Amino acid sequence: MARGAPLLEVSDVARAFYGLRALTGVSFGVRQGTITGLIGPNGAGKTTLFNVISGMLRADAGRVTFAGWDATNRAPHLISRAGLVRSFQIARGFPRLTVRENLMLYARDNPGERMSRALLWNAKTRQAEREIGARAAAVADRLGLRAVLDNPASALSGGQKKLLEIGRTMMASPSMILLDEPAAGVNPSLTRTIAGHVRALADEGMTVLIIEHDMTLVRELCDPVIVMTEGRTLVEGTFAAVAGDARVQEAYLGKKQWH
Amino acid sequence: MDNYLIAMATIACVYGLMTVSLNLSWGVTGMVNLGIAGFFGIGAYTSALLTTRLGWPVVAGVASAMVAGALVGAVLSIATLRLRDDYLAIVTLGFAEIVRLVALNELWLTNGSDGISGIPAPIPRGYGYGFSLAFLALIAALLALAAWSASRLQRSPYGRVLRAIRDDADVTAVAGKDVVRFKLKTFALSTAIAGAAGAMYGHYTSFVAPDLFAPLLTIYIFLALTIGGTGNVKGAVLGAFVLIAILEGSRYSAAFLPELSAVQQSAVREMVVAALFLLCLRFRPRGLVPERMGAAGE
Repeated sequence: MARGAPLLEVSDVARAFYGLRALTGVSFGVRQGTITGLIGPNGAGKTTLFNVISGMLRADAGRVTFAGWDATNRAPHLISRAGLVRSFQIARGFPRLTVRENLMLYARDNPGERMSRALLWNAKTRQAEREIGARAAAVADRLGLRAVLDNPASALSGGQKKLLEIGRTMMASPSMILLDEPAAGVNPSLTRTIAGHVRALADEGMTVLIIEHDMTLVRELCDPVIVMTEGRTLVEGTFAAVAGDARVQEAYLGKKQWH
Repeated sequence: MDNYLIAMATIACVYGLMTVSLNLSWGVTGMVNLGIAGFFGIGAYTSALLTTRLGWPVVAGVASAMVAGALVGAVLSIATLRLRDDYLAIVTLGFAEIVRLVALNELWLTNGSDGISGIPAPIPRGYGYGFSLAFLALIAALLALAAWSASRLQRSPYGRVLRAIRDDADVTAVAGKDVVRFKLKTFALSTAIAGAAGAMYGHYTSFVAPDLFAPLLTIYIFLALTIGGTGNVKGAVLGAFVLIAILEGSRYSAAFLPELSAVQQSAVREMVVAALFLLCLRFRPRGLVPERMGAAGE
């Protein structure tokens, strides 16, 4: 892939729910190695767009290209295996699995996930599982989840669930992650911690596309920032440029009324 | 051991195969199979027909019953897996009734309500007591094999994916798992086991007929698994034995109620089963042997 070419490219993506046009034409590119912010008022279609990119929702029109591969309307597991893995805004997942299992589940190419290998359960399969277990423990260490590794995911605090969301995406060894409001509803000190984790991942070469409403976090982490409103992309630029844009202020605060 | 007890233990093992089957699909993966009786019937007739009409050996008959169960299970799940979860339940429920009605009406093949008799056994019936004991050993070994495999599968990374699907299939797909494939394979394996149960039943009693797999059978299997503990193989097997103990034990309650007619006594028996089930739901809602968490990879 040419240097500077976008790793993820979204062009003219549209999606309607019966009469409601949630996405009307979203186009942008995410360059490799960036932490790109995706902001916009509630209802702008950010999460719907994530659902389309990750294959959980079909696009009515448009195209999603990831690392030169046409990812439009592919099955979610194929998109994740291609190295593009998303997190969820309202920490979703597996309440009856432990934190360790939540993490280990996301590992790719686990031979023990094949029925025959699971039944044979030979040394090689066990070894692969052990290595994945060690990786899960390392990810948990890094995120401060070591102490709760064997707790059910349902027993975690809200903040720990947010950390687990990030940890699960890490376990898939992706080249790019989509984070849907990783700091929503967490206290300011944990927001700092989460920002640190995202920054560290980017420093290791991970490309990140992040939906976030916490503008302090967006200003600190994201460059560039893409603004969506009413189902389409509005502007793209540095945080300062975007924040100073009259159209963006209007989208967030509403049009000045003439009296 | 008393002949009666041996017979009951044998039937409990047949039920155990079905609870292990249901535990795999419903208990572990969350796929509701309301057609257990239908797969039991498919297995019973497949093996009965192949061994009586074509003279196949019993082993080949039972193996074919498992293949037939797996194939039918795969077809039904392919047809419904991309739809909402409850469609599988509806389709399997209808399927079981279709199997029963076909068995009842296609006289050329199934002999209708007269059923198929003279089904051979893997051990000569002439041995009498020896036959009963040997057959019990055989079916107990088969149940042990099925339970061991199911338990190993459940504790493996494969089973971790199944339990993840049960919690949230969409997120499991995001985790990179081909959810449809996992569901399909697991459902086919579970219906193969139910098919084996039907085949073994026929070879044990030498007779199969459509009324053996009425919808009540499916309900009994759900009851047994719920009492034993969903999501736990030990619970599944225990539940089958508890169910048979209750069903058979309640026969003796008739002796305490001599003023009731036979029909009334059999109704009392159903009431006893229902009351015990309610007590279980009230005091052990997760069953006698609840599911353990975090068992993968041990």
